[in-house]
Amino acid sequence: MSTPWVEKYRPKKLDEVSAQSNVIRVLSNQLKSANMPHLLFYGPPGTGKTSTILAMARELFGPQLMKSRVLELNASDERGISIVRDKVKNFARLSVTNPTPEDKENYPCPPYKLIILDEADSMTFDAQSALRRIMENYSHITRFCIICNYITRIIDPITSRCSKFRFSPLNSANSLATLKMISQSEELDIDDDSLTQILDISNGDLRKSINFLQTGHKLFGEDSIENIAGLIPQNLVQSLIETLQSKNLNKIYEFLYMLVLKSYNSATILTSLHSCLLLKNIYLNSEQKIEVSRILYETDSKLSSGSDEFIQMLNLFLQLSKIF
Amino acid sequence: MSLWADKYRPKTLDDLDYHGKISNMLSSLATSGDFPHLLFHGPSGAGKKTRILATLRQIYGPNIEKLKVDPKVFVTATKRKLEFNVVSSPNHLEITPSDMNNNDRVVIQDLLKEVAQTETIDFTHVADHKNRFKVVIINEAELLTRDAQAALRRTMEKYSANIRLVLVCNSISSIIEPIKSRTLLIRVAAPTDEEMGSVFEKVLRDQPEVAKSFPADETERQQIYSKIAKVTDHNLRTGLLLLEALYSYNPSITTKTPMIMPDWENVIKKLAIGIVTERTVSKLQQSRTDLYELISHSIPAKLILKKLTIEFWRLVDEDSKIKDKDTVKMDIVQQASIFDERLSLGSKDIFHLEGFITKVMVVLEKNVS
Ligand SMILES: Nc1ncnc2c1ncn2[C@@H]1O[C@H](COP(=O)(O)OP(=O)(O)OP(=O)(O)O)[C@@H](O)[C@H]1O
Ligand SMILES: [Mg+2]
Repeated sequence: MSTPWVEKYRPKKLDEVSAQSNVIRVLSNQLKSANMPHLLFYGPPGTGKTSTILAMARELFGPQLMKSRVLELNASDERGISIVRDKVKNFARLSVTNPTPEDKENYPCPPYKLIILDEADSMTFDAQSALRRIMENYSHITRFCIICNYITRIIDPITSRCSKFRFSPLNSANSLATLKMISQSEELDIDDDSLTQILDISNGDLRKSINFLQTGHKLFGEDSIENIAGLIPQNLVQSLIETLQSKNLNKIYEFLYMLVLKSYNSATILTSLHSCLLLKNIYLNSEQKIEVSRILYETDSKLSSGSDEFIQMLNLFLQLSKIF
Repeated sequence: MSLWADKYRPKTLDDLDYHGKISNMLSSLATSGDFPHLLFHGPSGAGKKTRILATLRQIYGPNIEKLKVDPKVFVTATKRKLEFNVVSSPNHLEITPSDMNNNDRVVIQDLLKEVAQTETIDFTHVADHKNRFKVVIINEAELLTRDAQAALRRTMEKYSANIRLVLVCNSISSIIEPIKSRTLLIRVAAPTDEEMGSVFEKVLRDQPEVAKSFPADETERQQIYSKIAKVTDHNLRTGLLLLEALYSYNPSITTKTPMIMPDWENVIKKLAIGIVTERTVSKLQQSRTDLYELISHSIPAKLILKKLTIEFWRLVDEDSKIKDKDTVKMDIVQQASIFDERLSLGSKDIFHLEGFITKVMVVLEKNVS
């Protein structure tokens, strides 16, 4: 049976979670004192949120007691207001079961249950409001852990009842250590250079890096890593900018048509232009840069309301060409 | 008699014509036992689905072609009955979100749980015993609601022992980050003129009778192929359909033979010419009839706007009476970008299309000598 490495190497204990040292330090202390507030984890994908709470639950209760003390609900479960009122509430009000003497010896087994609401960004505001009363009424026997990517999607009355933990994108040093550990235990023949490349394209998403390590490394021989990751190769960005500078509208049109046929998507193009024109480029003066960022912003906003990529990118390119 | 587009659809990774690198990658994934969740993206007719099926064939063998279609009845939360078809083979199944309206989240969840829990999957034919998972293909993944996408997240992790997802879409812009984090992206570019040409050549080589209707000269044939590529936006499927149509409508085909265009495209072309040559209120009223006609044939308003813009671009270039062509083109595209957004936000398509046409008339009027 093939287990994906992201599952095989998912941290089993809190101290196996890498990088999020502040978060882990605080949580470990709470583990020792067995005194825990409601928790709220937020941060981008693949930074260890789900892994951390699952590891913590296991360390708190042990694999046996976990079954009766922990309720995990994620976006794939029905989580409308009625489920919050019934299922969540019913679990929250249950009195806590007694641990076996054996469990008691090996784990802290604090006298409360844990309700994990993973991927809570997708819960409706109504369902969230229904939640806040439950959090208050049963806090003597129940703790909540709410997990999301965007903290702004969680209503204030809930965030204010929780200790908040931000999971940041992993830095290269930490991720590199994890990738090296995995390559060693899988007996991979891969050099540090390739590992660093993997980290470069993953933007601090350790899940992505591990997936790349497992499936991508075999493909490196076939194609450039940028291509495998779906990024626009640097030389293509360069010739895009040269084309824009030429101010030859038909050439610009043809260039866009080519990008579309190659399936380079608008979000990637916007990011590349942003980093190239605003972060790196030294030829533009500040007025020009302000204009560039205004146009990028307008395009991004139009795209996020679902408008046509070709039309919006064409407009973007033409407007940019005016600036040069 | 099957259509050429179906008859000449490659079945195995080795038979695939272009993008050799991608085929090699897929083949090494299929044989490695490390098959990940995949996200295929690329323009229509670039060959995404063909590549996916060929990959599955490499994993499961010809079993994958034993397709059956089961109607599924599903009862929604509001107790409405929903019926749709699920295409499946013993080793995979396929779903298309647009079949299930706004219930995609619940339906997909139910199906995935069902698949994950069926242990009776027959793996005796699977060449490689490492690949003991079932594949679920989700077509048109960009049409999945955000809720449905969110619901896939933990599912992709929890069921990773026995399910692999293959998501297929034209653009990954509307796919949420957590899904991209869980998949390997496979970018399938549209075939180039030459790549389309080499597929067409294969079809002609296979049918000497047909080949006689085409020019004997290779470069002339490639000119025809390039024209086909251009009018079909490098969509290989419609390209093959067009090649077949050209053959059946014309006793002999030359580089001068006109391409056969769908009616609605001709309507838009004429509409655009009318607007560029006559910028008046009465013309605007006439346009309304054409627009209603197009909309009633379920041509999406956004497609109408995009095609009109492309036509305007071309016509401005060709029209000697228009001064300062660059400014005119820029202004038209800027208007297009504004009205395109209004089409996404508003609900009365006809208003925004007419608004766009009016603005274009104003832009042109200012610049015609
Ligand atoms: N800080 C970390 N330490 C160790 N492994 C990690 C860490 N972050 C991510 N991983 C690896 O990535 C995988 C996914 O992590 P996890 O499920 O915790 O992400 P997440 O933050 O919940 O992401 P999402 O927001 O997409 O749900 C884990 O199985 C693990 O292999
Ligand atoms: Mg998670």
